[in-house]
Amino acid sequence: MNLISALLIAIGLFFFLGGSIGIIRLPDFYSRLHAAGMLDTMGLFLSMAGLALYVLTDFSFANVLVAIKIMLIVVFVFITSPTATHAIVDAGVRAVREPWTKDKKGGNPI
Amino acid sequence: MDTYILYSAMVLSVFMAIPLYRSVVGPTVKDRIMGVNAIGSKTTVLLIMIGFIFGRVDMFIDIALAYALLNFIAVLAASRYFHKRKGLYQEMNR
Repeated sequence: MNLISALLIAIGLFFFLGGSIGIIRLPDFYSRLHAAGMLDTMGLFLSMAGLALYVLTDFSFANVLVAIKIMLIVVFVFITSPTATHAIVDAGVRAVREPWTKDKKGGNPI
Repeated sequence: MDTYILYSAMVLSVFMAIPLYRSVVGPTVKDRIMGVNAIGSKTTVLLIMIGFIFGRVDMFIDIALAYALLNFIAVLAASRYFHKRKGLYQEMNR
């Protein structure tokens, strides 16, 4: 049981690493936002699942409630994180940001 | 297993430095909002890991839940604040 939770936490961290690197290396604001929003949510889900599993190793009723609460946070973030990303994009589009394309090199210079 | 969580918490805090770089350097305001959003979602996981390290998990879960709520509200408020019409991007170029 411990091994599974350790594995889940490791994979969750890997997704967080992917999200962070995606934030840096991707050329355009929109693609950066795409990477950040999705990978962070997935990383959070996996590492929270690992932590909840670790809570459940010594099985008692209180721990079950704790694990359910952790999963509640995951469900909440699953709903809100894309909404927040959408809000950022919505603000971005209003400021007339043309997306980066291979030939046109739009988007922000950096 | 506890030291494993301690090390993963340290690794996670290193991963939090990368969006911090993006928030500092980010050319536009929205890159900064995105960096803050990324740091915020990592902090909720870090909070629960700290809860495991301190051994008092059920207290830190409430803190992490409150933090997730606040992070979401902050990102919404910030993006709503910078919700200008055409002007924002052109002004920066001039």
